[in-house]
Amino acid sequence: MKATPDAGIRKPLALLGVYSILSFISLIMLVPFLWMLSTSFKEPQDIFTYPPKLIPTAFRLQNYVDVFQLIPFQRFYFNSVYIAFIVVLGTVFFASLAGYAFAKIPFKGRNIVFLVLLSAMMIPHEVTAIPLFLFMRELNWIDTHLPLILLPIFGAGGVFGIFVMRQFFITVPTELEEAAMIDGCNRFRIYAQIMLPIAKPGLATLTIFTFVTVWNEFFDPLIFINSRDLMTLPLGLSLFTDEVGTSWHYLMSATVMATVPLLIVFFLAQRRFIEGVAMTGLKE
Amino acid sequence: MKEVGKKRRRGPLVREAQIAGWLFVSPMVLGFTLLLLFPMAQALYMSLMDWPLLGEHHFIGLNNYWNIATDYLFWKVFGNTIYFTVGLVPFNIVLALLLALLLSKSFKGIGLFRTAIFVPVMTSLIVWSIVWKYMFATDSGLINQVLLLLDIKGPAWLYDEKLAMPSVIVTSVLKNVGLNMVLFIAAIQQVPRSLYEAAMLDGAGKAKSFFNVTLPMITPTVFLTVVMTIIGSLKVFGQIYVMTQGGPSGSTKVLVYYIWEKAFKLFQMGYASALAFILFFVVLVLTLLQWQLRKRWVFNESDT
Repeated sequence: MKATPDAGIRKPLALLGVYSILSFISLIMLVPFLWMLSTSFKEPQDIFTYPPKLIPTAFRLQNYVDVFQLIPFQRFYFNSVYIAFIVVLGTVFFASLAGYAFAKIPFKGRNIVFLVLLSAMMIPHEVTAIPLFLFMRELNWIDTHLPLILLPIFGAGGVFGIFVMRQFFITVPTELEEAAMIDGCNRFRIYAQIMLPIAKPGLATLTIFTFVTVWNEFFDPLIFINSRDLMTLPLGLSLFTDEVGTSWHYLMSATVMATVPLLIVFFLAQRRFIEGVAMTGLKE
Repeated sequence: MKEVGKKRRRGPLVREAQIAGWLFVSPMVLGFTLLLLFPMAQALYMSLMDWPLLGEHHFIGLNNYWNIATDYLFWKVFGNTIYFTVGLVPFNIVLALLLALLLSKSFKGIGLFRTAIFVPVMTSLIVWSIVWKYMFATDSGLINQVLLLLDIKGPAWLYDEKLAMPSVIVTSVLKNVGLNMVLFIAAIQQVPRSLYEAAMLDGAGKAKSFFNVTLPMITPTVFLTVVMTIIGSLKVFGQIYVMTQGGPSGSTKVLVYYIWEKAFKLFQMGYASALAFILFFVVLVLTLLQWQLRKRWVFNESDT
């Protein structure tokens, strides 16, 4: 996201105004994070002290240790990480494979299938969730991670992935493929050895976007998971909220730990993520 | 016609393309059929049935829909959903547009501001809602503590029938305004510079060139974003689940929360499916409207 170079603001007074508005709004956005961090180190009695203190009197790291005694936090963490990992791998593989075919291989019915896929993206997940619940129950998959892995890969998330990858592959010149075909490469080799390496930027965008979506998913875990040990972070945290009530110091240290990896991923790959967001705007 | 000629000449290649094409898309198409299309049809069927989780289910025609139409709670929930949407959408769009206008210029520190406003978008909705539940807490919450510094005794935000919904709306706007902002910035930056130069030559000031150049040029994006934001608002769930559980006394119970409750707490699967289908119809109408207008407005699409 580059700003237009010659669209700068020249009048100092106007600039001051812009800075104050933006600082105020940015502050509102950042205060929850600062307050979360601050509370996570507070002694229980400090939470109710008045006036509020942003910097705690005593830094109590013990809160972070205690959380692990109160809830199986390491399990939530592990579940979230490994589910996100598999979903990202699966989505990237199947969506890029299909996206390549939709962009580059002229097979019969291609346009119709693609159109059906795209239109199905507007089906609200809440509609299919009820039959899916019964379906998973028949298969004895309730309270397993299978629904949490398969639904994002092959549901709306996967279709979005196809769309992103197709947009990307369409821009690749056909000559490249033709040359490879003449050399006797089959389609899968063209896909794996020529197309995928070219598509790295698209794959990166899709990876980041899928990761963040899966990491934050809440509705599916809520309906498919019952056992504590199988919960992911968002579900585990929401349950913990009900249980600890106003022990905000524990709750905040848990939310800090759940948020930090995401912030790291975001700052490393901010541009890619925003690209992904811009694509969601396109698809609808 | 050219295609036919090509086909004859490159027979084996064309056949190879059929096989490879279908092979490559088949995992996705199969998964999609089983996990999206089939459940969709099943949901429609279930909405016409009396379908408890255990025990017999039987066909009851449109009775679920009829019961919904006469269900006092449904209308309350529907009203709450509309209230949430009407409260959120203008607030979100105007703020996002204002921020996009300020942040599509170039000056020092712009990246920091953009990041600060965008960070909540990728934060987990659950985490964001938990933190705001804490900020809104009656005694220990930051908001009431700050109000106390000004000698104001803050209300019980989330436990007051009148204040709970506005509190959730504010939380939701702050969570997602960065998303719309990014879409608007992208649109504003695509407006050709020459249009502004022409407007300036004609003697248009800043305000005039905003209303006569920027706004008309980004109208398609604004409209698409409005529809997307409406659809998102109609599906609000996570923040309600965490912050209010639909309370106090049902004042924040929204449609998806009601669907979830009926389906997965009370296990009235048929009734819940009918409720979900009503949501689908609303979303469908909005999406079709959007496509229709998009066709009229967006000229420079690379493909369709």
